[in-house]
Amino acid sequence: MVAGMKGMSRNPVSGTDADQNGLAAWRLAMGIAVATFVISLGLYTQFDTATATMQFVERMAWIQVFNVEYYLGIDGLSLPLILLTTFLTPLVLLAARGVIKDRPAQYLAAFLILEGLMIGVFSALDALLFYVFWEAMLIPMFIIIGVWGGERRIYATIKFFLYTFLGSVFMLVALVYLYLQADSYSILDFHSLPLSQTEQFWIFLAFLVAFAVKVPMWPVHTWLPDAHVEAPTGGSVILAAVLLKMGGYGFVRFSLPITPDASRSLDTVMIVLSLIAVVYIGFVALAQKDMKKLIAYSSIAHMGFVILGLFIVWKILDQTGTGQGAVMGVTGAMVQMISHGLISGALFFCIGVLYDRMHSRQISDYGGVINSMPKFAALIVFFALANAGLPGTSGFVGEFLVIMASFRANFWYAFLAATTLILGAAYTLWMVKRVIFGPVANDQVAQLTDVNGKEFFVLAVLAVFVLTLGLWPAPLVDVLAVSVENLVNHITQSKL
Amino acid sequence: MEFMAPDFGPAMAEIFLACGICVILIADLFVSDRNRDLTFSLALLILIGTAWVSWSIAEPGQVLTFSGSFVADRLSQLLKLFAIVAVFVSFLYSRDYLRDRNILKGEYYVLGLFALLGIMVMTSAYSMLTMYLGLEMMSLALYAMVAFDRKSPVAGEAAMKYFILGAIASGTLLYGISFIYGITGSLQIGEISLAVARGGVNEVSLLIGLAFVLVGIAFKFGAVPFHMWLPDVYHGAPTSVTLFIGTAPKLASIALAFRILVEALGSMAATWEPLLLVMAILSLAIGNIVAIAQTNIKRMLAYSTIGHVGFILLGFVAGSSAGVEAALFYTIVYVLTAAAAFGIVILMSRNGKEADRLDDLKGLGKRSPWFAAMMLLVMVSMIGVPPLAGFYAKWWVLTALVNSGQVWAAVTAVLFSVIGAFYYLRVIRLMYFDDSDATGTPLSGGWLMRTVLSVNALAILALGLFPGGLFEMCARALSG
Repeated sequence: MVAGMKGMSRNPVSGTDADQNGLAAWRLAMGIAVATFVISLGLYTQFDTATATMQFVERMAWIQVFNVEYYLGIDGLSLPLILLTTFLTPLVLLAARGVIKDRPAQYLAAFLILEGLMIGVFSALDALLFYVFWEAMLIPMFIIIGVWGGERRIYATIKFFLYTFLGSVFMLVALVYLYLQADSYSILDFHSLPLSQTEQFWIFLAFLVAFAVKVPMWPVHTWLPDAHVEAPTGGSVILAAVLLKMGGYGFVRFSLPITPDASRSLDTVMIVLSLIAVVYIGFVALAQKDMKKLIAYSSIAHMGFVILGLFIVWKILDQTGTGQGAVMGVTGAMVQMISHGLISGALFFCIGVLYDRMHSRQISDYGGVINSMPKFAALIVFFALANAGLPGTSGFVGEFLVIMASFRANFWYAFLAATTLILGAAYTLWMVKRVIFGPVANDQVAQLTDVNGKEFFVLAVLAVFVLTLGLWPAPLVDVLAVSVENLVNHITQSKL
Repeated sequence: MEFMAPDFGPAMAEIFLACGICVILIADLFVSDRNRDLTFSLALLILIGTAWVSWSIAEPGQVLTFSGSFVADRLSQLLKLFAIVAVFVSFLYSRDYLRDRNILKGEYYVLGLFALLGIMVMTSAYSMLTMYLGLEMMSLALYAMVAFDRKSPVAGEAAMKYFILGAIASGTLLYGISFIYGITGSLQIGEISLAVARGGVNEVSLLIGLAFVLVGIAFKFGAVPFHMWLPDVYHGAPTSVTLFIGTAPKLASIALAFRILVEALGSMAATWEPLLLVMAILSLAIGNIVAIAQTNIKRMLAYSTIGHVGFILLGFVAGSSAGVEAALFYTIVYVLTAAAAFGIVILMSRNGKEADRLDDLKGLGKRSPWFAAMMLLVMVSMIGVPPLAGFYAKWWVLTALVNSGQVWAAVTAVLFSVIGAFYYLRVIRLMYFDDSDATGTPLSGGWLMRTVLSVNALAILALGLFPGGLFEMCARALSG
């Protein structure tokens, strides 16, 4: 089933590439993306939430000489991320209609290829297959930013490529090392592979470089604001909503279970780095003049929560002696990933709506938008509040769980993490205040037209999901529960 | 003394090719310039025939003949097959290019086939002298090919440089061989190997011999610090000849390295591995860093070759048979990729004018989306991003290195490939991101050219999606 989805999202390349007619290409691409989403809903309905073993497994020999397999399967940790991917891609394609005028067919094809590869990353259980998907994804993203991006797109996209490429080659060396130890590329075999402390330490560092760049963690985050600012709207949405999650997913799937002891001994470092991201980057966001940059920095701060939730596990264990709080932290991290995917995606869509009309992202060019775009104003205010972590939205659930978990470990961790509630509110709401409210800044703003049906649909669907997950997170948490518990049990047992 | 006729069987492919060359040489005398396609077709037919003969005489295991100085084994079969394919492809690429420049002569094919004959002899050589004969046959043909466009002063200069430096390298190699012969008393690979392994030979003289041989090998590969000829020759030669030099002879180089270093002097691995390691790291560094500063595609690809050679040598450094298999795989993949890259450069030149500056690529994504996409595949494969063949090549070398405990060498190699990524990305950037100049026209080429290029580039992708087959071929080539 997973393979079917991947196949579907890859095939259209040839179909759309040659197509001169933008509309026909768009219809085809939309059809494929929607079909993929519908199929992925089947994964959700048939998913067994009572087990942590891999489901929907597909396993075939691929490169026999090296015992590499085409091995796919999903558990509670990957399913939500796959759904997030398949849910957002149709929305991105929908939003592209009429906006992307230069080579639309290739734009759509690039996103479909990207979707197939992202699903592949989240479902691969063979480490080499995972790496293939992980790296191959750089190519469409490189093209998307480089061809359809803003003025400084070339600088941004090369920086993006080199940063992530540099990170992942170290992971490749680590994977090769693990293969030679385990004589298999199966990630599940890696999980049970006994490793000494030194081995774990170096492998952890190699993974850290790859995943930290992707997340991105302070201080290797500098590619993100550039890439975000220069990427076209759809690129920014996918970048923020899904690509960053791949880093978080990497920690959950690789770093923690493969090198639990190294993770444990380095958890203080990781927590400190994530708190720097939360607090320092929060202040940096406050100072931004460009809306996209502001949301990009806010993404870094929010992803800090994910890392905090994942690495707080051992501190809680040391303090309380039970894994109860640890489960809460990891669940919070996972919920935060999904929620941030929806919210930051929505905010980038919002900025895209404004940019398409005004061709500016500078906060100072706006003011009083509410007067000409009331519907839009309502939506962006909602997403801004969600980004600030307003109770009742999904943004609150994840942050709250992580902060609660941190309290069990150390008051000061929780205190610093909680400053995000203030900082997040400050930078997001201040931006909204300057853009949406106040007197009308200039004639251009006065002549803005409100969101059209297509834009309203995209934003409204996202708003519904943000609200639903905020009020009733059970469907998501149920899927996560058993897998998270299994993960916590696994990583709290020493491999030594 | 009675004369015993040797077993010609294992060398049938070479004999067939040699006869074929003579046929072309004579037939071409009666062909007018307008009907030169006849020679072209004949050359292709002979290549197909050679491949068929080489395939049909294949036997499992190792067969020695000509008093043990000629070997037919799986490795030589594999290398010959790919060398024939590479020459075949390069002939297909070069026809239109040569015709545009009025240098479509029968001699081009004769020289090309002679070079191939040299390569095939080298892959099968089991004695130092046979090896040297093959090498000279190949090199002399290549020198002449570089100077093929006799009106071009750049090509003349390149040919001169290539000839002088090549002659020095051959001399060095021969000098090293004479030392080894003096010490071990034999030219035959198997006997040398036995003599060295037995010990009790003069260590110092053997070391001197090894050093000279190593210089010769490094020169043929184009490894730093014996790489100086490579950018000049690649740049100066007609592009179709550059394509030729950049592909099939690399397969001969790996045979040379394997037979001498691994088979003959395998027991001295501990001595030559550090030397190769230094050359490999230097090649990676100089190749990848200097390539960034180039403005000419052919020069850039020349430096990129040097960088790739670094990776190939690292396979040897890994020492195990897996390492050599990895080097073999890397070479084959590199040959395929380089053929496609130079193919694009050939396609870009038109009306007898070269278009080999990087700026000539500007806006190619808009002018010719299909060929730009092919070039994209080639560049991405050279960076080493999956799912293209170039990735698996790097990955296998890394696996071998990590397996032999040289993790730091693996890390250095990947770091340099990240640096290398920059200039390949620049090519993609020029094609897709820079706005097209107004005068830009789509690439034009005959149907033959376009088909070959597409097949070649898509083969790199196909090999990336299903690398298993080639992996097994390489693994089997060295297993017995």
